[in-house]
Amino acid sequence: MEMYAVFQMVWWLLLGVLLIGLAVMVGMDMGVGTILRYVGRTDLERRVALNIIGPHWEGNQVWFVLGGGAVFAAFPLIYATAFSGFYVVMLLLLWSMILRPLGFEYRGKLASARWRGMWDWALLVSGLVPMVIFGAAFGNLFLGAPFHFSWNLTSTYTGSFLALLNPFAILCGLLSASLSVFMGAVTLMNGAEGVIHARSRRLARLSALLAIVLFAGGGWWVHGMDGYVLAQSPGAGVAQTPLQQAVTLTGGAWLANFHAHMLLWLLPALGFVGMVVGLLAAGARRSHVAWWFGVLAWIGVIATAGAALFPFLLPSSSVPAQSLTVWNSTSSELTLTWMLGFTVVFVPLIVWYTSWAFYVMRGKVKAEQVETSEHSY
Amino acid sequence: MHDITVVDLSRWQFAATALYHFLFVPLTLGLSVMLAAMETVYVTTGKPIYREMTQFWGKLFLINFALGVATGLTMEFQFGTNWSFYSSFVGDIFGAPLAIEGLMAFFLEATFVGMMVFGWDRLKRGQHLAVTYMVALGSNLSALWILIANSFMQNPEGAHFNPLTMRMELASFSELIFSPDAQAKFVHTSIAGYVTGAIFVAGISAWYMLKRRHVELARRSFRMAVLFGVLSTAGVITLGDALGFVGGQAQPTKLAAMEGLWKSESAPMPFNLVAFPSQEQQVNRAQVQVPYALSLLVTHSLDGTVPGLDQLEQQAVARIRNGIPAVEALRTLSSKPGDSAALAQFRAHEKDLGYGFLVQRYAEDVGTATDAQISQAARDTIPQVSSIFWSFRLMVAMGLAMLAFFVLAVIFSLRNDIQHQRWFLKIAVWTIPLPFLACEFGWLVAELGRQPWTVYGILPTWMSASTHSVGYMIFSLAGFVGLYTLFIIAEMYLMLRAIRQGPPPDDADPVFDGRTDGGRLAGYAEG
Ligand code: HDD
Ligand code: HEM
Ligand code: HEM
Repeated sequence: MEMYAVFQMVWWLLLGVLLIGLAVMVGMDMGVGTILRYVGRTDLERRVALNIIGPHWEGNQVWFVLGGGAVFAAFPLIYATAFSGFYVVMLLLLWSMILRPLGFEYRGKLASARWRGMWDWALLVSGLVPMVIFGAAFGNLFLGAPFHFSWNLTSTYTGSFLALLNPFAILCGLLSASLSVFMGAVTLMNGAEGVIHARSRRLARLSALLAIVLFAGGGWWVHGMDGYVLAQSPGAGVAQTPLQQAVTLTGGAWLANFHAHMLLWLLPALGFVGMVVGLLAAGARRSHVAWWFGVLAWIGVIATAGAALFPFLLPSSSVPAQSLTVWNSTSSELTLTWMLGFTVVFVPLIVWYTSWAFYVMRGKVKAEQVETSEHSY
Repeated sequence: MHDITVVDLSRWQFAATALYHFLFVPLTLGLSVMLAAMETVYVTTGKPIYREMTQFWGKLFLINFALGVATGLTMEFQFGTNWSFYSSFVGDIFGAPLAIEGLMAFFLEATFVGMMVFGWDRLKRGQHLAVTYMVALGSNLSALWILIANSFMQNPEGAHFNPLTMRMELASFSELIFSPDAQAKFVHTSIAGYVTGAIFVAGISAWYMLKRRHVELARRSFRMAVLFGVLSTAGVITLGDALGFVGGQAQPTKLAAMEGLWKSESAPMPFNLVAFPSQEQQVNRAQVQVPYALSLLVTHSLDGTVPGLDQLEQQAVARIRNGIPAVEALRTLSSKPGDSAALAQFRAHEKDLGYGFLVQRYAEDVGTATDAQISQAARDTIPQVSSIFWSFRLMVAMGLAMLAFFVLAVIFSLRNDIQHQRWFLKIAVWTIPLPFLACEFGWLVAELGRQPWTVYGILPTWMSASTHSVGYMIFSLAGFVGLYTLFIIAEMYLMLRAIRQGPPPDDADPVFDGRTDGGRLAGYAEG
């Protein structure tokens, strides 16, 4: 194989790793935001919950920033086409997301109940909306989006904003939100005692159950759906534009990769195992075990979607021949090489100091400590 | 084809959100370094007052930091949402520094900022100090990488066009990151942040001294700030001069606009201290000149010259004519990638491809462009002279004013009678807005001066925008204006409140024994 093709594959895999990192780390904090008003009935309870993720949410959020940056650097055409095509949805994602830093930093600064109540709602919105959109975006990858290119690759999107909120996309959005609630609830079980622990446990079980149903439902839906097939293309490892392919649509084609490589069935199996064991472990109050199985569930779900779509990244529903694939939307070999170098050096470093930060902050957060704390913003 | 209204609205949106982001960035850059300095004094001398200082200024730092992060997220999105052609056209080069910024800088900064707040009772003194250093390092590294990205737009080095993929691609990573523009820009901008931090601390400390509150903390903070500030301001001015020097070679139209230089002249050239440029008539309506000064300032010699806008516009006409065959060849290559005649034609005219794109704004089929359309496109290469001219002069004037301020402040502070110079303390409070304004004007010079290009000489702004409808743009602009207005109100309110409250009184201050107490205290817990 061409070296360039190898780098393209490696970056496709790294994209998956990044999305999983994003889903796990940001998803967990967003889950806490989503359920904050339920697990905490009093202001003190809510503060305990916020202080559990307080030292880490900021670092976790960088997975999201890095996700954007890495797509830009490694798949510029995807970054350009998807972000501009899904304009209104992207803005809703962004606007809800930027409430979060303020929700965390500014909420506790004033003692007023109205002020804090307002930020509790802001945290709910900024937890739930981005996770639903994250999942819905994946859903739309299966359906394709109506965009096409001019001769110089200026992209134009011809669909409406509402079309992005179709039933299948909403199902995927709910799946992603349930997994995020699961991870958030389990995180709170790790760090809290008493009522917060009990309420979180209830939500963890409920959300895991919901995720199992939605994941199964999504699989059944995809099995009957029209899938895209790359009929002709310059191939892997060849410099090309998206104007040089032929693409057809066939019923059930999204499962073709699974039929060709039976081992791939392990991926959805992994997703189910993660959710089921996560459910049981949360029930048995083994929240650390449940957290790690939640990670497995995310890996299973995202890897299943990636394997089904491969080599497509963003199919075009209006001009299928101009669909974006791993082969026609990656950066040049030199850029991919440099970026890989930086990733190999820095990701382990990041994992190392992030783990140190979690280690330093280990243990339960207690209400008395929150109340008497001197070290406040 | 692009709707020019949409392009203009996209420019307004980008400019407004970027200038807004940059209200918070300089203070983060400067305060993080000053916090590291204060905590170093605390750890080496063990005096609790320095711990109190670190914690008090740290509190203000965090109020600012939250909005820096929130508005930075917008920036990260906006290249894709609103500048999609730009993103796909140069993403191969431009995306890399942005991704590296995340890997190398944001993770560091954001992970350790949590430790900085929540770690006071969990970490040993030395460990906490190291954490604060990491925050300062992270924020400065983030400036480094984003400015490398921005410098590529100002002076595109290390890249070439690949007709097979129809985009710019990376040719040399080291040329990209070691471009002299990037180096000068990084140092000038990050030190501008230090100036901002220094003025902020000095101004607020002066206010406490005027009110005779927290005098000990204020006096020490003031002294640290002004010593740091006088050095930084000298640095900003020196580096600003260097930036003009490197930038002038890469972007002659920007330099000519900064100096209000409509006509080329012979050496030694006079410097326009004051002028009122008219864009239509291409003259300065009135001007006050300093003989010889321009040659000295810009070329650092008496016999150096720089081209005027008249000469640059003529050069643009020639380059547009040379660029037209490149665009035509590219169009053929788009449908027939193997066409060797078209490839040869492209290679022969490649260096003026961007100029060919300029005229495409007026003639979709560039081969049919008339002389009138070509001169119109050449006229476009002259940026908005009067805004650039005045933004530049205001930035420089503020820089000189701040230098004078810091020199006096250092003298009073070292003579230990700053508390008695009440007139000077009042000035110090009113100086606070200056560095913020100087930074904004600096960006206006840099970005307005780059027009009509997003990537100088390579990609015109009009092509770079996404193909949205006007309705979409009005929706997003309205959303940003609404949200950002609410944000700044909340921020200013909390900031002023925290300043009015001041640091906790001395007796409430728990003694820190340097050991960890195992309890987990909460950071978001103020009641
Ligand atoms: C990495 C790239 C980059 C960076 C670091 C910056 N900009 Fe920029 N700027 C652009 C990339 C860019 C751009 C995408 O290319 C724009 C949009 C339209 C254009 O021509 O350039 C632009 C336009 C633009 C304009 C409007 C110019 C016009 O449309 O006439 C202003 C005032 C600024 N920017 C200000 C800033 C500020 C305050 C920044 C600091 C945060 C900043 N820029 C950083
Ligand atoms: C226009 C391009 C820019 C983009 C895309 C961008 C992107 C971002 C993003 C995504 C964040 C939030 C990171 C987090 O979550 O921690 C951020 C914050 C930050 N940015 Fe920008 N930024 C831009 C311009 C700049 C410039 C020119 C500088 C410096 C000279 C800068 C310096 C910083 C710093 C220091 C922070 C830390 C947070 C704070 O400011 O309080 N940025 N930026
Ligand atoms: C007094 C002497 C100064 C000179 C000669 C100077 C020079 C310059 C020049 C030539 C640019 C344009 C760079 C380009 O070509 O793109 C610039 C940009 C800028 N300046 Fe200054 N400057 C001075 C003072 C200041 C001060 C006091 C501040 C703020 C505290 C400041 C902040 C900035 C910023 C933020 C930018 C935009 C970023 C960049 O292009 O690096 N400058 N300066």
